[in-house]
Amino acid sequence: MQKGLYKVLSNIPLTSNVFKMVIESEEPVNVSCGQFINIKLEGLYLRRPISICDFSSNTITIIYKVVGTGTEALSKVKEGEDLDCLIGLGTGYVTTYTENNALVLGGGVGIPPLYGLCKKLVEEGKKVRVVLGFNTKEEIFFEEEFKKLGVETVVTTVDGSYGVKGFVTDAMEFDYDYFYTCGPLPMLKSVYNKTTTSGQFSFEERMGCGFGACMGCSQKTTTGYKRVCKEGPVFYKEEIVWEK
Amino acid sequence: MGKVDTKVTLCGIELDNPVIPASGTFGFGYEFAELYDINILGTFSWKGTTLNPRFGNPTPRIAECKNGMINAVGLQNPGVDKVISVELPKLKKVFNKKVMANVSGFSIEEYVETCKKVDKLDEVGWIEVNISCPNVHGGGMAFGTSPEMAKAVTKAVKEVTTKPVFVKLSPNVTDIVAIAKACEEGGADGISLINTLLGMRIDLKTRRPVIANKMGGFSGSAIFPVAVRMVYQVAHAVNIPVIGMGGVDSAEDVIEMMLAGATAVQVGAANLINPFACKEIIEDLPRVMEKYNITSLKDIIKGVN
Repeated sequence: MQKGLYKVLSNIPLTSNVFKMVIESEEPVNVSCGQFINIKLEGLYLRRPISICDFSSNTITIIYKVVGTGTEALSKVKEGEDLDCLIGLGTGYVTTYTENNALVLGGGVGIPPLYGLCKKLVEEGKKVRVVLGFNTKEEIFFEEEFKKLGVETVVTTVDGSYGVKGFVTDAMEFDYDYFYTCGPLPMLKSVYNKTTTSGQFSFEERMGCGFGACMGCSQKTTTGYKRVCKEGPVFYKEEIVWEK
Repeated sequence: MGKVDTKVTLCGIELDNPVIPASGTFGFGYEFAELYDINILGTFSWKGTTLNPRFGNPTPRIAECKNGMINAVGLQNPGVDKVISVELPKLKKVFNKKVMANVSGFSIEEYVETCKKVDKLDEVGWIEVNISCPNVHGGGMAFGTSPEMAKAVTKAVKEVTTKPVFVKLSPNVTDIVAIAKACEEGGADGISLINTLLGMRIDLKTRRPVIANKMGGFSGSAIFPVAVRMVYQVAHAVNIPVIGMGGVDSAEDVIEMMLAGATAVQVGAANLINPFACKEIIEDLPRVMEKYNITSLKDIIKGVN
């Protein structure tokens, strides 16, 4: 974990309510794919955890959807402003389990952390198929960016207005030996039931601190109680206990 | 900067400064030890420990509030035996001062059993008996809302312990002084206050409580004036030391709390927002002391009549 003031290089809308923000650090950033950052915003007491989409040696990219007071405030942050962030939080994706063919399934704003993951899998020379699920055509973002990584990219829309009609689980015909996923809870449950190999799931939970101190985001797992912010947000399929 | 003395004495044990991370906001210390040397702290109060392991409440357990937050964690902890066998050895690697052992329970017998076990530990300097957790049913706060029950728990714990016992009180009572006096009569060596205020938030979109447990404990800077008032009332009514807490997030707040009557001051929710909060407060204390012409913090305890 690192704490500091990070300069906002850009904060632009990708769709009507999804934004992409790039922040810059004076120090080298020590983060990995699947981790998150926790942002302090003016007028709000708790920090807001947002997953890391991409990073370089001194920048971090996040993509977030405006859903409440926190993300709305985040969308109003201007280029050039400094943001108080804790970065490099949580335990991200572990790519060593993929032998060759990875299936990556993302839904809505669960998609951003999978971008950094795909980039890493490609760098490791692995074959990747990514399925990006949206409700409708207007909500689609980052399709081109995934394609540019050189991964086979399939888009699904629930209403059939673009790509394959249906859910991400309707586009899983692919010879995979491992999978990675992030998205809304009903999607994660469906992925859990329909996948035939082991894999990793990234979860979302309301957090107090984001670094393991308050136990605000604890989840039951098959291997004991774990904190979404510390041992997670990424959990192995075998660990998951569905309670909600 | 001239010499200022930040030392205070808490039941015979000298603290380098009065700043103590509050229970439940600092785990067992080692998450924070990755960030700074936690030996700069006066001490810290470890995560509320019960006789048996507890998972706590369902999530969401956390809600945003204006200048504060609600939590309904519900005393998640691995149980006293695991705290001693697993957490304490890890803590010892990063903290060489006496720690404050925060203990909670659901019956007098449970408080007694847990306190017996922590009383044997060399690493423990004080026992903080939490009779004020708002997030568990059938225990916790139930003991802290009745003077008779508060006295009974205190007395039972004192009979089986040798270390100084602080009883941590709930603000969710009509007469905080009556509870504090009952604890003093029961033999308490000190009083800790305040725990969180019972609160609630409702999501306008879903029209449901934000917290799965519906209600939870409200903390953060918004509660500071309530805490100062209660510390003032209790400190002027009992003859045992008081640890003040509730919404403290600056060196100025520490001094205000001490003027109200606190011998030491706990910092809670602030640690969750800024993991360096206690370090920054401790480093800022000499500057604020000089600003207000304070040479020794001991001199200002209960400085307001």
